[in-house]
Amino acid sequence: MTSTAGVPPVSTHDTTAVKPRGRKLTGYWLILPGAIWLGLFFVIPFYSLVSASLYDPAGSVLTGYEMTWHVANFADAIGQYKVQIGRSLLYAGSATALCLVIGYVLAYAIAFKSGRWKNLMLVLVIAPFFTSFLLRTLSWKLILADDGWVVDTAQALHLTNVLNLIGLTSTDDRLLATPFAVIAGLTYNFLPFMVLPLYASLEKVDIRLIEASSDLYASPIRGFFKVTFPLSLPGVVAGTLLTFIPAAGDYINAELLGDTNTRMVGNVIQNLFTAQGDYAAAGALSVTLMVIIVGAVLVYVRTAGTEELV
Amino acid sequence: MSQAAEATTSSVRSGSRDLRLSKLTKEFATFTAVKSLDLVVPQGQFFALLGPSGCGKTTTLRMVAGLDTPTSGTIHLGDTEVTYEKPYKRPVNTVFQSYALFPHLSIADNVAFGLKRRGVKDVKQQVADMLDLVELTSQAHKKPNQLSGGQQQRVALARALINKPEVLLLDEPLGALDLKLRRGMQLELKRIQTEVGLTFVHVTHDQEEAMTMADTVAVMNQGVIEQMGAPSELYENPRTTFVANFLGQSNLIAGQIEGRDGDRVTVRVQGSLASVRGERAHSDSGEGWLGIRPEKVLIAETGQPIDAPGDVITGGYITDVSFVGVSTQYRVMMPWGQELMVFEQNTGARPMLPVGTKVDVSWRPEFAFLLDASQDAKAGIEED
Repeated sequence: MTSTAGVPPVSTHDTTAVKPRGRKLTGYWLILPGAIWLGLFFVIPFYSLVSASLYDPAGSVLTGYEMTWHVANFADAIGQYKVQIGRSLLYAGSATALCLVIGYVLAYAIAFKSGRWKNLMLVLVIAPFFTSFLLRTLSWKLILADDGWVVDTAQALHLTNVLNLIGLTSTDDRLLATPFAVIAGLTYNFLPFMVLPLYASLEKVDIRLIEASSDLYASPIRGFFKVTFPLSLPGVVAGTLLTFIPAAGDYINAELLGDTNTRMVGNVIQNLFTAQGDYAAAGALSVTLMVIIVGAVLVYVRTAGTEELV
Repeated sequence: MSQAAEATTSSVRSGSRDLRLSKLTKEFATFTAVKSLDLVVPQGQFFALLGPSGCGKTTTLRMVAGLDTPTSGTIHLGDTEVTYEKPYKRPVNTVFQSYALFPHLSIADNVAFGLKRRGVKDVKQQVADMLDLVELTSQAHKKPNQLSGGQQQRVALARALINKPEVLLLDEPLGALDLKLRRGMQLELKRIQTEVGLTFVHVTHDQEEAMTMADTVAVMNQGVIEQMGAPSELYENPRTTFVANFLGQSNLIAGQIEGRDGDRVTVRVQGSLASVRGERAHSDSGEGWLGIRPEKVLIAETGQPIDAPGDVITGGYITDVSFVGVSTQYRVMMPWGQELMVFEQNTGARPMLPVGTKVDVSWRPEFAFLLDASQDAKAGIEED
């Protein structure tokens, strides 16, 4: 550290010269696993997806595909499936809004009101993950079945009439195979992805700030909207993204809980890929969905004013 | 019952908006933080609640703010009872120890917060005036975390003051500042209080801060007020060993109280008789502590004359000397095995006495005070 004139400079020189370079290299080594992972499971599939979207649509799985830079695939896909794209965004948006309301109340209760039950409640939020996504969605089929108690109760309370009125169910008083069932399924399945980031954000809100707001003439409700909610915005943004993005691409809920009138873009892509083997159209539709979501997210994050998230 | 009390007080000071706490008690699950506290803070006063941490002073403040609910007792502002009033409905604002500035709002919006919540439409001018008062006009558009500790403290003050509360509560607001900044802010706070004329209730554990700023100081210990009065009165005539030790330092010498004789109480201290003025004697019989402040004790080498002495006690020797600039602090071992503290002004009249010097000490009897010996002589001595 102290370089005296008489001391040979070799040792100090070595440490100062080698250390930064070693540190720099360490950084790269640490990035390596992530980089390999991204390369194998994102860049390569992404490349193959984008190129598939530009194949000549005349090809098939049997005859093989030709790369003809057929950009018209996009126009065809959007033109043909714009209803399903719009429906996906609508369903995902509704489910996200529902998740936000339910999730906020839940996260708020866990963060501020649960006391010593906090950890237990958090475990309960994650508990559904111990069962398969598919099984849980299938069991909603049982819950919402035509002769089930949920339908009976909804009919008795005339809730089905209300749902009919706003177009969430059709006129035959069913719950299953309706937009209502699909949105409910999406809401249920993605709720934990909303609750956890919201909780993380709310937990960090300093209780003394809420006291300060009440000292400064803010009633509990105004204090919430002026202090607590703005401070939890990072959680709101993260939670809505984590809910909306997978929900927009989801096809399981529409498949199991919906019918042909509730098909989402995910169902179409899945069908094109696996049943029809139309890689070009499926690829074009996938890329379109991706572009729409990324665009929407960028606009959303900008307006929410939490650029530091992305 | 409080009706009668109100009637009498309001007849004494009509239209007054004093803050009155009566029999205020706060019990937590495992301990009682505040025990049947009675306190009147006259309108427009700078009042300090002084005590060590855990003495209940912050709990008292939080009850006045409405952030804690008393277990029993009442809080009145003038004739209005506010004991159970919601905090956002009280004409009381707090400067929090942690400042609790809203991190998502600009300085100007932080300051405007209270006015806006009360539905004041045009807050711009008031905010500008207030920022001017605390000299932060240039920082108006910054966020709190871009400001230094002292600046944040002033924002917290401005945010509370702008509402012109009847009572401003200050919860150790200077605790996080370094010494120099703290001294500056003390003067600033005092200036602002004189300027705006609001009632300030200032909670602190810093006795110097309490004495420099407050008109009245209440010394609190273990949930009760030990003594209350003007700073000089508390310092010169402490009533308990806790106050004697917590407010400055004291020499407490064990003695036998002989009895009261007119305006004097005589005490037998280590073989000699000392007399204490009546209003400074807080015990009349039995064992007692004779108290004398270190700077009131005069010291001289044995045999040398002492300037303006009272009774001279001889036979001591110096065990420790520390030079602190304006004064020299001696520790003197007395013949009965007790060390007395002696602070001597560095007037230059005579050189510092070295350790081991045999000395005589003396003090003028009118500076002494007498306390009941049932109390712990070490109560209130801060270990730091």
